[in-house]
Amino acid sequence: MDEPTAPGAVLTPADEEQQPAGGVRRMVLNMGPQHPSTHGVLRLLIELDGETVVSCRPDIGYLHTGIEKEFEVKTYQQAVTLTDRVDYLAPLSNNLCYCLAVEKLLGLEIPPQAQWMRVMLTELTRLNSHLVWLGTHAIDIGAMSVFLYCFREREEILRIFEMFSGQRMMTSYFRIGGLALEPPRGWHQRIKKFADIFPSRVDEYEELLTNNRIWIGRTRGVGFISIEDMLDLGVTGPMLRGAGMKIDTRKDAPYSSYEKFNFEVPTRTENDVYARYQVRVEEMRQSIGIVKQALEGMPPGPWKADAPHVVLPDREKMKTQMEALIYHFKIVTEGFRVPAGEVFQVIESPRGELGYYVVSDGTTLPYRVHMRTPSFGNLQATGKMVEGSLIADVIASLGSMDFVLGDTDR
Amino acid sequence: MLPEDLRERAVAVAVAEFDADAVVGGVYALGELTLEIATAKIVSVCGFLKYDQKFVRLSTVTAVDRYPSEPRFEVVYHLHSIERNERVRLKCRVRGEDPVIESVTSVWRGADWYEREVFDLFGIRFMNHPDLRRILLPDDWEGSPLRKDAPVTGSRV
Repeated sequence: MDEPTAPGAVLTPADEEQQPAGGVRRMVLNMGPQHPSTHGVLRLLIELDGETVVSCRPDIGYLHTGIEKEFEVKTYQQAVTLTDRVDYLAPLSNNLCYCLAVEKLLGLEIPPQAQWMRVMLTELTRLNSHLVWLGTHAIDIGAMSVFLYCFREREEILRIFEMFSGQRMMTSYFRIGGLALEPPRGWHQRIKKFADIFPSRVDEYEELLTNNRIWIGRTRGVGFISIEDMLDLGVTGPMLRGAGMKIDTRKDAPYSSYEKFNFEVPTRTENDVYARYQVRVEEMRQSIGIVKQALEGMPPGPWKADAPHVVLPDREKMKTQMEALIYHFKIVTEGFRVPAGEVFQVIESPRGELGYYVVSDGTTLPYRVHMRTPSFGNLQATGKMVEGSLIADVIASLGSMDFVLGDTDR
Repeated sequence: MLPEDLRERAVAVAVAEFDADAVVGGVYALGELTLEIATAKIVSVCGFLKYDQKFVRLSTVTAVDRYPSEPRFEVVYHLHSIERNERVRLKCRVRGEDPVIESVTSVWRGADWYEREVFDLFGIRFMNHPDLRRILLPDDWEGSPLRKDAPVTGSRV
């Protein structure tokens, strides 16, 4: 069948002939690209037999911005700001993954305080992302009020980010070699206050949803896809954990001293939308636990690496020491050279496996950066997941994937 | 031929035993194993790695343009074994004038979109791919933007 091009596409004459006479007629429904429940600009071509989905083909690329090409003309440090814009709900996870990859190429040792700060802020990012997911997912299915509760806490997280970096969303707070700025005065109190109150807020969300009969009715037994299919199609993250697979890069290949933190990887075996909801809610509780551990055990010391050829010198040193001034000039005007080589760094983003493949040719600009983004892999399974289900369940299934279109299209 | 320093890497040895001509090079650096595979053998090696060596996941497929040297393109596969908690990178070199390589969609269905992305942005064709069309760029787009000889800026009015 030729791809229908116009919105509300009609069937071709050949398709019309195949229709059973007098029976149920198939129709093609064009969902998106501007549709509130696709969370961005995603277009789905859904072929329907009555109310049952026969096939579903996602059409992506509406948010393609050529970020991978852009990397090739930025210096390594400048390129950090591009990584924020990939997955705009989890900017710090992307910062972290890119920085870790380049630091691996450079062979940089990151001081413990910077590593712990990174862990703490990435976990807050996970909360931020999961809160947006929960609020919008609930609104898609019809539970309006959850959204308001979720965004109340999200607002506080964004204020914390603003306190650290001056930015609410595109923070670029992690830099190659450590952090961008010294942690602000009073950060400890601010985050502690939030961490103390947050678990009770999760209880509130759960009170609204977990035993809600409408919520259960809309989510339980919906959106099933077998583990084999998921692995084959490249699905990662909470989707796999909702199917009983204990897989989490933070445990399997710890980075940025995650091995020093005590947390569980929540799993469920039901493998439906409800199970994915339970997994993510439990992940929020685990994340706030990690944040608390980071608060209690935050090691003292510097917040950036001792590598004058990579990390900008302190303002004070730059004004008093000749050597520091030279380094500052070199880093700002031409950047730093990264030894030739290639690295594939993988971390656990809120959506699943996030990987940065960085190729260096020994100059100050990355030769090639490829992002293995979780949303791209997850979205590929859409067709398989919704085929045979009802049209009304498509929305619930899509929501449970938690994709971000910026992350998909790059 | 398997390079000397890879003799201790179980995966590299297994692939070399499976097909001695398949491995044309490789390196173990920064804790990551890279195997360079003869372009014609990529599907059989991937099948072997998936079914015999438990690399059940294809993490990503991408390419690197080494313009102006020849063979110009490297098609890069990142494989992940959950059971062994191990990753391996496969690399195939593809010539510039007619860039074409066998598709691995017969091994992993998930390779579908990744190969379409490489086709879209690099112009490398994948033989036996079920649905090889542009994925991120508009269908009427001309050129392959991620090639090194494609401009970074400039308008196409």
